Formats: sequence, structure tokens, C-alpha cells
Amino acid sequence: MLSVLLTLWYTFLHLFHRKVTVSYPDEMPYLAPRYRGRIVLTRDPDGEERCVSCYLCAVACPVDCISLQKAEEAGRWYPEFFRINFSRCIFCGFCEEACPTYAIQLTPDFEMSEYNRQNLVYEKQDLLISGTGKYPDYNFYRVSGLAIPGKDKGEAELEREAIDTRSLLP
Amino acid sequence: MTTFVVDGKSFTCKPGDNLLQACLHAGFDLPYFCWHPALGSVGACRQCAVKQYASEDDKVGRLTMACMTPVSEGARYSITDPMATAFRASVIEWLMVNHPHDCPVCEEGGECHLQDMTVMTGHAYRRYRFTKRTHRNQDLGPFIKHEMNRCIACYRCVRFYRDYAGGRDFDVFGAHDHVYFGRYADGTLESEFSGNLVEICPTGVFTDKTFSMHYVRKWDMRGAPSICVHCGLGCNTITNEREGRLRRIVNRYNGSVNGYFLCDRGRFGYGFVNGGDRIHAPLARGDDGRQGTISSDDAIHRFAALLRSSSRVVGIGSPRASLESNFALRALVGAENFYLGVSARESRLLRLLVGVLDSGAIHIPSLREAQQADAVLILGSDLSNTVPRAALAVRQAVRGGSFTLAAAAKIPQWQDTAVRNLAGDARRPLFVATPVATRLDDIARLALRAAPADIARLGFAVAAILDPDAPAVSDLPADLAAQVGTIADALLAAERPLVISGVEAGDESVVQASANVALALRASGKSGALMLNVPECNSLGLALMANGQGGLEAALAQSAALVIALENDIYRRAEATVIEAALTSSYLVALDHSEGPTTRRADLVLPATSFAECGGTLVSSEGRAQRFYQPIFSKTDVRESWRWLGAAGCAAGYKVCENWNTLDNMVVALAGALPRFSRLPDVAPPASFRVAGSRIASEPRRFSGRTAINAAHSVRDPKPPVSTDSPFSTTMEGYHGKVPSALFPFFWAPAWNSVQSINKFQAEIDGALEGGDPGIRLLEARPHAEFRYYTRIPEGFVPRSDMWFAFVLPRVFGDDEQSARAVCIRERMAGAILALNGEDAALLGVVSGQSVACEIGGEQQCLTLEVHPEMPHGLAGIAGLATVAHALPTFVRITPTGSDES
Repeated sequence: MLSVLLTLWYTFLHLFHRKVTVSYPDEMPYLAPRYRGRIVLTRDPDGEERCVSCYLCAVACPVDCISLQKAEEAGRWYPEFFRINFSRCIFCGFCEEACPTYAIQLTPDFEMSEYNRQNLVYEKQDLLISGTGKYPDYNFYRVSGLAIPGKDKGEAELEREAIDTRSLLP
Repeated sequence: MTTFVVDGKSFTCKPGDNLLQACLHAGFDLPYFCWHPALGSVGACRQCAVKQYASEDDKVGRLTMACMTPVSEGARYSITDPMATAFRASVIEWLMVNHPHDCPVCEEGGECHLQDMTVMTGHAYRRYRFTKRTHRNQDLGPFIKHEMNRCIACYRCVRFYRDYAGGRDFDVFGAHDHVYFGRYADGTLESEFSGNLVEICPTGVFTDKTFSMHYVRKWDMRGAPSICVHCGLGCNTITNEREGRLRRIVNRYNGSVNGYFLCDRGRFGYGFVNGGDRIHAPLARGDDGRQGTISSDDAIHRFAALLRSSSRVVGIGSPRASLESNFALRALVGAENFYLGVSARESRLLRLLVGVLDSGAIHIPSLREAQQADAVLILGSDLSNTVPRAALAVRQAVRGGSFTLAAAAKIPQWQDTAVRNLAGDARRPLFVATPVATRLDDIARLALRAAPADIARLGFAVAAILDPDAPAVSDLPADLAAQVGTIADALLAAERPLVISGVEAGDESVVQASANVALALRASGKSGALMLNVPECNSLGLALMANGQGGLEAALAQSAALVIALENDIYRRAEATVIEAALTSSYLVALDHSEGPTTRRADLVLPATSFAECGGTLVSSEGRAQRFYQPIFSKTDVRESWRWLGAAGCAAGYKVCENWNTLDNMVVALAGALPRFSRLPDVAPPASFRVAGSRIASEPRRFSGRTAINAAHSVRDPKPPVSTDSPFSTTMEGYHGKVPSALFPFFWAPAWNSVQSINKFQAEIDGALEGGDPGIRLLEARPHAEFRYYTRIPEGFVPRSDMWFAFVLPRVFGDDEQSARAVCIRERMAGAILALNGEDAALLGVVSGQSVACEIGGEQQCLTLEVHPEMPHGLAGIAGLATVAHALPTFVRITPTGSDES
């Protein structure tokens, strides 16, 4: 009997505590930038797609919900299609960790509910954003040795000019 | 055996092995780059350093390169010694100094030997903070992609391309850390073995360009053990699939057949599987005379009705269809109505071939044995253009001469540089007798140019010297007669002489002559090894099954009411007019995977599987029956030909095909019906084979995208297909690990992601696979077999003044029907040419590059003239006209058409 009364008493006291619930969706909660929500594909500082279609996110994904296909244009790799099945995604962030180009990033957006499960399948046009996301400066092709339009061999960071094979000079 | 000690434990190895090989065989993960089992050691990369101790008391030891150290009895080594470990880590750090930061965009990534070795040595963090050397790339043609920045200068590529495969248009340039591996200038790599650079290169300098077009990582593809379908050698391959597309073909090691290498036709000719001309649904000719799509059930019922109503049914077999499909057709139409689907001449040649091999007096060597031959005589065959992998084996046989000298000087065979320095040009004798120059001439002791009839006479004459009982040849031309003695002496002096000829010689007498030489060698106490090449992947299997039946023209002469053409373009086998005339009152049913003249002409077309969508058995020219498996599970209703035939047969009430529902049942039925094939069920484990109760996984453990790959169509995961014909599961679920050697879906071992992991699957490095090399030889020589010499010696060739003797000049790219559909192969195909001797050309008043016309196969052909000064008079070589090759050899008139195309 006493315990019942005590319980009622404690519950009553809570009327005078600070409220922790928020009136979502009228009031939005604060989510840190590193919150692991909806996945996006970002662009490099030059506005080009960052994803080089290396398949590392797909292989890191523990639920195998990422599928893509490599395509190539003038030496630059990009995904022909890039698909995430969010009905399977567990938002673990392994894809972001695996990504060598900072292309795939998790964002603080979790509002992805759908009435139709098929609508949770996101294609590249649904994932690709116009900005650089959390990493404003990184551009993979500026550090990698591959030649792409506008960046010839030897023009990447810390590269010497391409050598002349006919020369025997040191 | 030699006993040696590594880190306190005793191991054994073959006497004379080098330490690296011995350590790998013992199961150690010792990193290396420049060593390759087929190329030997050069000690260039310094990666395989280990500690060597003088005795048990020696606690200090010294560093030594394992690949350059012969293992001596009782020697003591350490791999884990801190000094050796640190040395190896610093070597890889140096190698990585200039390596570009581009693994994510490298096709080698994930199956890269450099990645594996870097992880193995523990180098993880880059300390070098200065600038990197860079290189420009070259365009190396449609097969190979070049990215020189990734090079670690191990020299494997040049050692393979130049030293092993005899290529000349690829080399190393520059000096010190500027060394550059490529061609003198941009251009297509000429060697037909260029594709092996992809697997030889330990990093991503050379990658597969065709694969790059639809690239996925190694771990993302389903693999299936397969057999190359582009010539008769039966090289073992692995086919890789993802999303219903055949992504690439890689080598599957078979110690007795192809070893580590494939030719470019086999590696890059797979495009036809994904091609736009595939047939996906049955087609039937309607009342308006046009073909229209019909349902599979409708097609089966129509086919069954035809089988019931037709008074006479003739089956045309196929040299490129599996044994099972050919057998199904043979069983359905009856053995007497089953014909070889090849030209009349080829059917005679194949019948002769079966007769020669069946005698039991001939030993058919495997490619491995051919590689160890110590004298080789090639009669009438241009190996490099017909069976390239055999040409590579002959090249190694010739090179064996240097091993003999090295052995005398007590230098082990794997000491590559030392052997080459010592023995330079020491070659075992190779004699090539062909009408035109071949790419093996550069290593031949004698390269003779003669007409096929004269080549046959040369062979008969050699046999007559080797064994006086063999029929002698009178009045041989003086220039040839002088050489006969040389050839006979070299063959007699050899321990393991080898004679090579084949169907592509185009002349029965050449095959008979080669048989005579082999028989004469046998009479003089040798093994009598004879390699007879056949043009297609199952030519020999078909010939063994058809047992003396005729070719296409014999089939057409039956004027049957119903003609069934099995996976065959019959218009490549006989003149179109002959076919049309024979088919006027017949109903033609064609089963094939791609559209062609035959399927366009057919009244009913059934979509058959390509080799990548079915399992089956093929018989190589060695008589080796080998099983191939299915990587692709098609969403359309393509079926194995035997399934179509079985379904129609059942519907028509044929008893024979009642239990043709699985491949195993087909194999058992075939083995029961034809005693020759009685061992067929042993070729590979049955579909019920399980390891620890599980099927064998055909996808790597880390296969990705499982729940997204089909999500574009439906978010619900489809049930994976089930393979009724193989012991493979179609997913990554199932057993991963040691499986029978015929069942490797991919090569992978912990820490070894690249193809170099093969050393974990071999019973002996560079030897047979664990559990024996896959495949069963159907034709073995019998020790006391009686034999008779062939006695019909042809007349010598006499040039005619008005006509030229036209024969086929084979070409590696384009002659094979299936690979010629691949885009990259088409890029390598050259236009049709007619080759003439210079004086003959002058007689006609034409020069190289001018176009000439001649009638072949009932059609006027326009060809570009090429002058070959070495060719004998009166001959005309025709190349690049594979569709009318059935009409050759024959005498043709040549007329200059005047227009200058050069």
C-alpha cells in the first residue's frame, strides 16, 4: 500500500521537473552534425561528384544495402547508378568510415518515413547533394596520381612532372 | 627430399627448390614480387629476405633473399627474425614511395598483390613527405589499360612478354627510378598473350580494359569454374558474373593444361555472352514468312508436333555445344541420323583424327608434356594463330635447351638470369613446316615453306628415315630432301620428341604424315607423342560421339522433312546455295544463343544457353573431358539445348528423354549409352556433392549489395536461384575452403586476395593442383597397340599457270565464330587479305595493298593483296574470310580489280 502511494507521490513530483520531451514536429530537436541519419553523396569543392565508385562503402555495409556500378569518363570514375535500400539500412556509418573520398556522408536528418516501402530505395539523384557536406576542402583527384581532364600527370599535390623516358639524366 | 628448418620447425621440399618456393609450399606467408613460378627468380625486388644461420650455434645469422637461395639439407632459416621483418617492411616502404594515392580508382584494388604484401609486412603509415615520380601512360589497344604510376619495377611484365612469350614490341625504357615499361610508342600490344600482363603484374599497371568497362570488385562477383570455348585446347578459366552480365574471364590454373596463362582470344572473347544479338525467347516463322516471338510452351508443342509428324528427322551436331547437348540430339534423332555439324572436309579430317588417336599407338601429350618436349616438329599448323596457348608451350619446350646446359653447369632452373646468361640462345630443335611464315619461326632451327602436299611428303619422308618399315617417298624436291635428314636426326636424338599437326592444316595427308612420324618414333622406342589440334572447343568430343558419320553436306543430302541444327551456324560450314537447295522442302529448327544466318533462316528458333549460362562437358584436343559450370542465372527463358530437346521429346512421347531433367542424369545416360564416355561421371563431382553438408559457395564471403541489387525493381528480396546441375550454391552462403580441384569458383586464401593465392591450392608450387589436375583423359595410348602406317603419299604440289591453290591463313582474332562477336576482338580483326609470292604477284601485275578478286564458296570475294616473299609459287593464302573457309583449300582464279587501296 505504501509503495503504491510512494509511486503516486513521485509521479506527482515530476509535474515540477524540467520537461525533456519536445513538441516534435512543431519544435525540432537539436542533432549534432555527426548524427548518423539519412545518407547523402557529396560533391568536391569544384562541384564534381566526389564518389569514385570504389565499392568500399558497399563492401563495408553490414546489411549489404548499397549497390552501385562504376563508369568512367576521360579517366574520372563515377557511379553509373548508386542505390541505397534504406528499408535495410541500419545507419551504422561504416560506409562513411570506409569512403576514401568523403563522398558518402551521414546527415542529421532522420525524417524518412514512407507509406510504401519501395519509396525507401534511393537512387543517385535522391542521394547526391550540391555541397561538400562536413568536409569542405578535400578533393580526391588533387592527391591521387590519376590524370583527369584539367589535371595532367604530375599536377597533383606532391608530384613531380611526368618523366621523359628518352632521357638518361638523373 | 631436402629437410630444412624455419624458425625451429622442420620442413621438407624438393631437392633444388629455392627457399621462397619451399617456404610457400610449407604454408608460410612470405612476401615477394619479382619471383613467379613460371618465370623463375631474379632477386630484383629484395622483398623475400629471410635470416639464414650457418649452424645451430649461429645466433646472429645473415640476411639472404629466399628466392635466390637454394635450400640445402639441414639448413636453418628464420622468417620471423626481427631484423628480417624490419628489412622487409623497409623494402615495401621504399617501393611505396612513388606509389600513387589511387587504390580506390584502380581496377587491381581488392585483388592486388602489392596491397596483400604491404599488409603482410605491416607497412601502414606513409613517412615519405616529398614529391612523387610520375609517368605518362600509353594506349596499348583494346585489351590492356596502362597506368605506369603504379609500377614498382619488379620487371615481371617484360620477363613474361619478351622472355617467356617471345613478344618484341614491349620493353623497359629509361634508367634508375625512371624505368618505364611499355611500347616504344603508343599502339596495340601485338602479342596474343598480352592479357596475361594483367595477372602477371603484381599491381595495377596493366589492367583488363574490357573488364574496366563494366568493372566491379573481385569480391562482388559470382565465380564458376569454366572451360575456354574459343579453340580446342580446353584451357581452364574462371567466369565472373554480376547482375546477369559476364564481367570477365580469368585464368584457372590447371597444371596439366594451361598452367598460369591464357591467350587473348580466350581471355577477352567473352563479349558475345552479353551481346545485343542474343536470342532471349523462342521465335517461329508465321504465315507472313516473318519470325515472331512465341511462348516457350508453344515452342515446345510446335517442336513436339514436328517430331511426331515428320517422316525423317536429321540432327546436325555442333563442335561448340557440350557433349550432353550433342548426345541429346543424337538420342532424339537416332545415331544414324546424327551428323557432325562441320564442313565435308573437316568431317573427313576429324574422322581421320579419331582413327589415328583410337589406334592406341599414339600418345596425346598434355600441354605440360608438350612444354617439356625436347624436339618438336610442326607440320602444316600455324599454332600462334589457331591454338595460341600451344604455341606458348612450344616456346617453352624450345627454351628447355638452356635448362640442359644450366643443369650441366649445376645452375638450378629457377636461376633465371644466370640460366639466360649461360645459355643465351641454346634451344632445343624446333622444325616448322608451313606454307607461310609463323610467329614461331624466330626460335625454329628450320622453318620450311612448302605447299600442304609437300609438307605431307616431308613428313612421310622423315618417318621413312626414322623407321625403314614406313612407306618411303620418292623424288622429294631437293631443297626439302636435304632437310629431312636433319629433322629425323634431331627427333631420334631427343628423348621426348613431339609432333604437332591438326585439322587446321586442311589436308588429310598432312595429318597422316604427322601420324606416321609419331608412329615411326614409337617404333624406335620413343613415346610417339602426337598433338593433333582441332578448331573448336568440342570438335573432338563431337567426332568421338558421331563415330564415322558425315558432315553437314551428308546431313543435307538426306532431304529430311525436319532438320534440327544444334548451336551451329551452318552457313559457315557449306555454300549457301547448297544449303538453300537442300532446305527447300525441309523444316529447319535451330537452337542457338545468338542470332545468325542459320537462326534467321530457321522456321523455329529455340534460345539456347551460352557456355556461361549452363553446365556441361567438353572434350579438348588432348582427349581431356572437362566440366564447365554456370555463373549466370538468366532471367529470360534460355535453356540448355538438351533441356529444349528433352522437353520436346517428352511432349512427343519419346521414351529416351524421360529423365533428362538434370545434368547428372544426362551424363549418366551418355556414359551408359556410349562406352567411350563411360568415365564421364568421374570428370567432376555430381550436383549432390556436399562438403560438411553444405553446397560450395560461388560468391566470396564479402559479396556486397545483396539487399539493394534488385531493389530498383522490387524492394522485396527475391529468392536466390538454385542450381540443379552443380554442387554450387548461387550465393555466398555455403562452404568456403578446400574443395575438389574441378570446383574452384575463385582463388582466395586468407591474406592472399590476388591470383597469386594459387600457391595455396597447389600440391606442389608450379605442379598439379591439390587432389590432382581436373579433367579425365579419354584416350590413352596402349603399351602394345598394333599400328599400321598410312601409305597414301600424295603427289608433290605443281603450281598451275592459270590458277592458284588457295588455302586458309588462320588468324587468332576473327576466325572463331563466338569470340568474333566481342567488340574488343572485332577491333583487332583486320580486313580480308590474299597472300601471294612476290613473283606470282608480279605475274598478275598487282602489288601489295591493291585489291584482287577471286571466287570462293560460290561468292565473288574482294581481298587486299599482301606479298609474302617466303611463300612457295602457286599458293594463295586467304585470311579474314572465316565464313567461307569451308570452301578452302581449292584452286581459284585471281583477277586484279584495279583499285588501289593502299
